[in-house]
Amino acid sequence: MTARPKLAVWKFASCDGCQLSLLDCEDELLAVAGAVEIANFPEASSAIVEGPYDLSLVEGSITTPHDAERILAVRKQSKFLVTIGACATAGGIQALRNFADVKDFVAAVYASPQYIDTLATSTPISAHIPVDYELHGCPINKAQLVEVISAFLAGRKPAVPAHSVCIECKQRGSVCVMVQGTPCLGPVTHAGCGAICPAYRRGCYGCYGPMETPNMPALARGWRELGADGRDIRRALRSFNAWAEPFRKESAAHDD
Amino acid sequence: MQDIRPDTSHVVIDAHGLQCLIDALSQDGRRVVGPTVRDEAIVYDDIAGLGSLPRGWTDRQEAGRYALERREDEACFGYVVGPHSWKKFLFPPVETLWKARREDDGTMAVSRPERPADRFAFIGVRACEIEAIAIQDRVFEQGPYTDTAYAARRSDAFIVAVNCGQAGGTCFCVSMETGPRATHGFDLALTEMIEGAEHRFLVEIGSEEGRSVMAQVPHVRADEARIGAASAIVERTAAQMGRHLDTDGLKELLQGNLEHPRWDDVADRCLTCANCTMVCPTCFCSTVEDHSDLANREAERVRKWDSCFTMDFSYIHGGSVRASTASRYRQWMTHKLANWIDQFGTSGCVGCGRCITWCPVGIDLTQEAAAIRATPGEGRS
Repeated sequence: MTARPKLAVWKFASCDGCQLSLLDCEDELLAVAGAVEIANFPEASSAIVEGPYDLSLVEGSITTPHDAERILAVRKQSKFLVTIGACATAGGIQALRNFADVKDFVAAVYASPQYIDTLATSTPISAHIPVDYELHGCPINKAQLVEVISAFLAGRKPAVPAHSVCIECKQRGSVCVMVQGTPCLGPVTHAGCGAICPAYRRGCYGCYGPMETPNMPALARGWRELGADGRDIRRALRSFNAWAEPFRKESAAHDD
Repeated sequence: MQDIRPDTSHVVIDAHGLQCLIDALSQDGRRVVGPTVRDEAIVYDDIAGLGSLPRGWTDRQEAGRYALERREDEACFGYVVGPHSWKKFLFPPVETLWKARREDDGTMAVSRPERPADRFAFIGVRACEIEAIAIQDRVFEQGPYTDTAYAARRSDAFIVAVNCGQAGGTCFCVSMETGPRATHGFDLALTEMIEGAEHRFLVEIGSEEGRSVMAQVPHVRADEARIGAASAIVERTAAQMGRHLDTDGLKELLQGNLEHPRWDDVADRCLTCANCTMVCPTCFCSTVEDHSDLANREAERVRKWDSCFTMDFSYIHGGSVRASTASRYRQWMTHKLANWIDQFGTSGCVGCGRCITWCPVGIDLTQEAAAIRATPGEGRS
C-alpha cells in the first residue's frame, strides 16, 4: 500500500469550531484516519509528524504580526491548502474590528493593553497567501468537509455548490419566510448549511457568506419593504462574514 | 345513494364522501398526498383525511407576498396554489441515480435504485397543475430518452383534480388557456360547492380507474342544475384572474428583443436566487453530483434540481456562458415563454403565478413581458 497523504490542521484566530467538525465526523472519522495520516492536528493528538504536508486545513483569520509570518511557513509546508470556515475565508466575527479602531477595543478589554500585540484588522488567509480551496461556513458543514477531503483524495472537484441558500431551502420543501414577511439573507448567501434557519421559520443569518453572484442592493431594498431600516441591514450583514466584500460594501451603504 | 350508472360521468358526494374517497385510495395501497397547512402556508404533503386538509383557510397572494387567512366557510379547497407543486413527488428534488462499488478483486459493481415504491394519489390538483404535469411528461417521457423512474411514478399516479372556486392575485391561467377548469388528465375532478350548511362536491369521472374508485364511495347522481351551478363557479373564477399575460405573438416578441434594455432593468432587481425556477411546476433542469467516499471504494451519482440562475448551470471550460444576471433572467424567461414552444410545442408557462408570488423581491414575468411589448425593438446602442 502506498503511503497515505499527510494531513495537517492549523489554527489561527478562531473558536476551534471548524476543526472540531473534523473530530465530530463520528462515523466517518475512522475512514478519515484510514485515508490520510493525521500528521499535525494538536486538537486530536500531541504527536506531530514533520512536514511537508499533502493537505493542510487552515482555520482562523490573521490578526497578529506573528500569525502573518506563521501562515507563510504553513503555505511553504503544504502542497494543497484548504481554508475552512468564516474566519479563514472572510476574517470572521473578529473582523468587526476592521470597522473601528482596534486600540479602543484593546483599551476597553484588557487591563494591561501594553502586552497586546495585534493588527488593526482581521483578514482572511487568502489576503496573505495563495489558497487552493475555500470551504465556507460558520461553522463549516462536516459533510462538506468530508466531501472536500474525499474529492482531494480522488483528485476530483468537490461537489460544493456556490449558489444561494434558496435552492437548498426549496429542495428541502421549506416555505419562503421572506415572502411571508421575515427578512432573510438566504437569497444572497452561499449554500452549504442545508437551509437550517428557514426550516425553523427564521430568516437566514448569512453564516456561509456571500453566494456566487449576490445582488446586495436588491435584497436590501426587499428588506426595507418588509420594514427593516438601515441599522437592521447593517447589523445583519456585519456578523461572521462582515468583511466578505459584498457584505462589507452593502453594510457600509447603510451607515447612518 | 345510488350506484353510478355506466353512462354517468357526474356524481355528487358530501364531505363524508371525500373522506371515503381518501380512505379508498389509501386502502388501495396508495400514498395519498394533498394540501395541508404547514409553516403558515398550504403545502402538499401526506394526508390522512379531511382533518389534514386546509379547511376554512385561504391564501392571499401578490408579487413577493403570501399570507394565509381564515375563510368565512369551511371549504376544503378554498385557496389557489401554494409554494409546492406536484413535481416534488414525480421529479424529486434529490434522487440517487446509481451507486458503484470497487470490489476487492478490482472489479466495479454498479447498482441502480429499485423502481420507486410510491403509488401516489394526488388530491386537489388544479387545472394549471395538470397542464404542468403534461409539460413535464413531454420532457421526461416523450423525448428520445425516457426517465424511467419518472415514468413509473407518473403512470401509477391517481389524480383527483379540483376546479378552482376562486383565483389568486398572481393567477393567469386564463391567459395561458390552462384553467381554471380541469378538462382532461384526471381520474376524478371535484368542484366544491358550499351553500349555507350544505357542503357538496360535484365529481366528474375522468377514467375507468376513477369510476371503480367511486364505486366504493357513497354518492348520488348529479342533476343538470348541480352541473350548471358548478360551471358557474368556474366561470366566476375565470373572471377573477389577478394577472394577465398577452400571449399574442409573444414568442416572436421575446425572440426579437434579445437586446432590449428591459433585461438590464430586471437584472438590477433580480437576486439570481433561483426561487422562481424551484417553485415553477414545469422547470425541469437538474444537475448531477458525483461523490466518492474517503476510501475511494464507493461512488454515487445524485441528481438535484438545478436552475439556469446558477453560474454552474452554464459553466463550460473557461467559465460560465451566462455570467451576467441579465443573460440569466433572459434565458429563463425566453425559454419559458418562447423557446419552449420551438422545443416542445407549447409554452412552458401554465399561468400558476408561483414565480411571481415566491420571488422574494416580487419580480413579475407578466409585467416584464408587458414592458418589452410596450417598447419593442429597443436595442442596446
